[in-house]
Amino acid sequence: MPTTLTAFADVTTSDSALRRFLHGLPGVDAVGLEARAASLGTRSIKTTAKAYAIDLAISMIDLTTLEGADTPGKVRALSAKAVNPDPTDRTTPMTAAVCVYPDMVATAKAALNGADVKVASVATAFPAGRAALPVKLADTRDAVAAGADEIDMVIDRGAFLAGRYLETYELIKAVKEACVRPDGSAARLKVIFETGELSTYDNIRRASWIGMLAGADFIKTSTGKVGVNATPANTLLMLEAVRDFKAQTGIQIGVKPAGGIRTTKDAIKFLVLVNETVGEDWLSNTWFRFGASSLLNDLLMQRQKLSTGRYSGPDYVTVD
Amino acid sequence: MSESSTRLSVFKTYKLYVGGKFPRSESGRVYEVSDSKGKWLANAPLSSRKDARDAVVAARKAFGGWSGATAYNRGQILYRIAEMLEGRREQFVREVGEAEGLSKSKAAAVVDAAIDRWVWYAGWTDKIGQIVGGANPVAGPFFNLSTPEPTGVVTVVAPQDSSFLGLVSVIAPVIATGNTVVVIASEKAPLPALSLGEVLATSDLPGGVVNILSGKAGEMGPHLASHQDVNAIDLAGADAALAKELEIAAADNLKRVLRPQPVDDWNADPGTTRMTAFLETKTVWHPTGSLGAGGSSY
Repeated sequence: MPTTLTAFADVTTSDSALRRFLHGLPGVDAVGLEARAASLGTRSIKTTAKAYAIDLAISMIDLTTLEGADTPGKVRALSAKAVNPDPTDRTTPMTAAVCVYPDMVATAKAALNGADVKVASVATAFPAGRAALPVKLADTRDAVAAGADEIDMVIDRGAFLAGRYLETYELIKAVKEACVRPDGSAARLKVIFETGELSTYDNIRRASWIGMLAGADFIKTSTGKVGVNATPANTLLMLEAVRDFKAQTGIQIGVKPAGGIRTTKDAIKFLVLVNETVGEDWLSNTWFRFGASSLLNDLLMQRQKLSTGRYSGPDYVTVD
Repeated sequence: MSESSTRLSVFKTYKLYVGGKFPRSESGRVYEVSDSKGKWLANAPLSSRKDARDAVVAARKAFGGWSGATAYNRGQILYRIAEMLEGRREQFVREVGEAEGLSKSKAAAVVDAAIDRWVWYAGWTDKIGQIVGGANPVAGPFFNLSTPEPTGVVTVVAPQDSSFLGLVSVIAPVIATGNTVVVIASEKAPLPALSLGEVLATSDLPGGVVNILSGKAGEMGPHLASHQDVNAIDLAGADAALAKELEIAAADNLKRVLRPQPVDDWNADPGTTRMTAFLETKTVWHPTGSLGAGGSSY
């Protein structure tokens, strides 16, 4: 454990200590949070700032396909798109990563062929997380062994909601250890809370702290498989959590909203949240990501509009 | 004092018709519309390019459902528009009379002709296929069938002078065949067009099939003509300079362009040319069945 975390060493010694700590966190002002997120969403970003924001957003995308029907062909097509999102304009940046199921990691890795696009793999019985611990760890080790650069794990919402916070903490720690490769390096770990299932903002704040204390490199809103996914409000709340964590420990942690972000306008709203809450330190794909698939097409159409002056249409981007 | 004299007047806020809803212009702008003698009638929304963009999105979204509806169903809906218009005939007679400076009887004749035009095109929806499609004789054991298919999203610059009959005469043929339309209403007389939106909204016509914008064709036209997701443009109401500009802008994605046609009398038999202008021909080959190993046919 890094020395800066020693301040929090006591809180994870027992279930009751962790509960005391988490329930001692200040409660979330839900109305204030939503109003703040909404007001930051009204910023008007135009012309050169918009062009910058679009390129930044493209470079932050974890281009995702997580379907039962994923085929190697689909993963290869997705990887090609990640490397070269707009074949008509080579100045378009690459996406940050492709995000696939563990069995598709090798396919994606081969398709990317050394390009500077990471392979992220979901693991730990995604999306429900309902499996025994050894299964989850084996799932993670498989993905890492197949070459995944990043692991997107889901927490056990059942344990969290039942109040077994230490169990949730231990799970994340165990998966973190499973991310270590034989050579000592490690895949970056993103921890998915599935905010849509946590039911309260207080729970999202608590889950964020559990994730950060357990050593997550990223905290991520959702799987994209439930009704409520990333919203400006829950992302703002998580950004505040990583800001507070950095202020107290000096450790920087990334944030990844995922699911439901489909338009350029939405993406830019999230970038405004990042800039206003945690500042420029987080405005790169090392510290902020979008989990999305259809968002990329909208960003590309907006990019084409800015570069040509003509409104673009879905005929000029890929059908995914 | 009688009760009627104390009543406050209720003015109508004219709004756009986009995606089955009645939004104000995104820009918040309006412009004054006056009758033929210069008397103020109402304020109409002055649409911006972003309203036009939103309208194209709505039209594209509606295209799949509308083009996939059966021709018979489209005919029923077009006839329903005529029925709804008949019920609001008085309103349109007044609005057309004010807009075009016509006497009540002349305005009534114009509205009747517009209603009849919907009926005319309602009848055509399930017949145009037989007229412009058909079975082609080919030198091989194949059925070779051509059928007309709608082009897609069509932008129409509506006629400037005939604010109602002209408008109906250009949008009805476009949607009869399964296209969806974004129409820029007559700039100086947009009120009958905006009221038509209220009729369309209550005629079972799916939202987004017809989108009505009021404002300057010179402002929105270039953005619609160069829009990559618009498949065709009808320049009926564009003057020569604007028509040329829009045709050049439309060339970039090989948009289908219908140049302005001189129309002396909108009452004349419309024929089928406006329908066929926005149809593509799909041809399919199908084995007749005479290819069996035994050389058998059916």
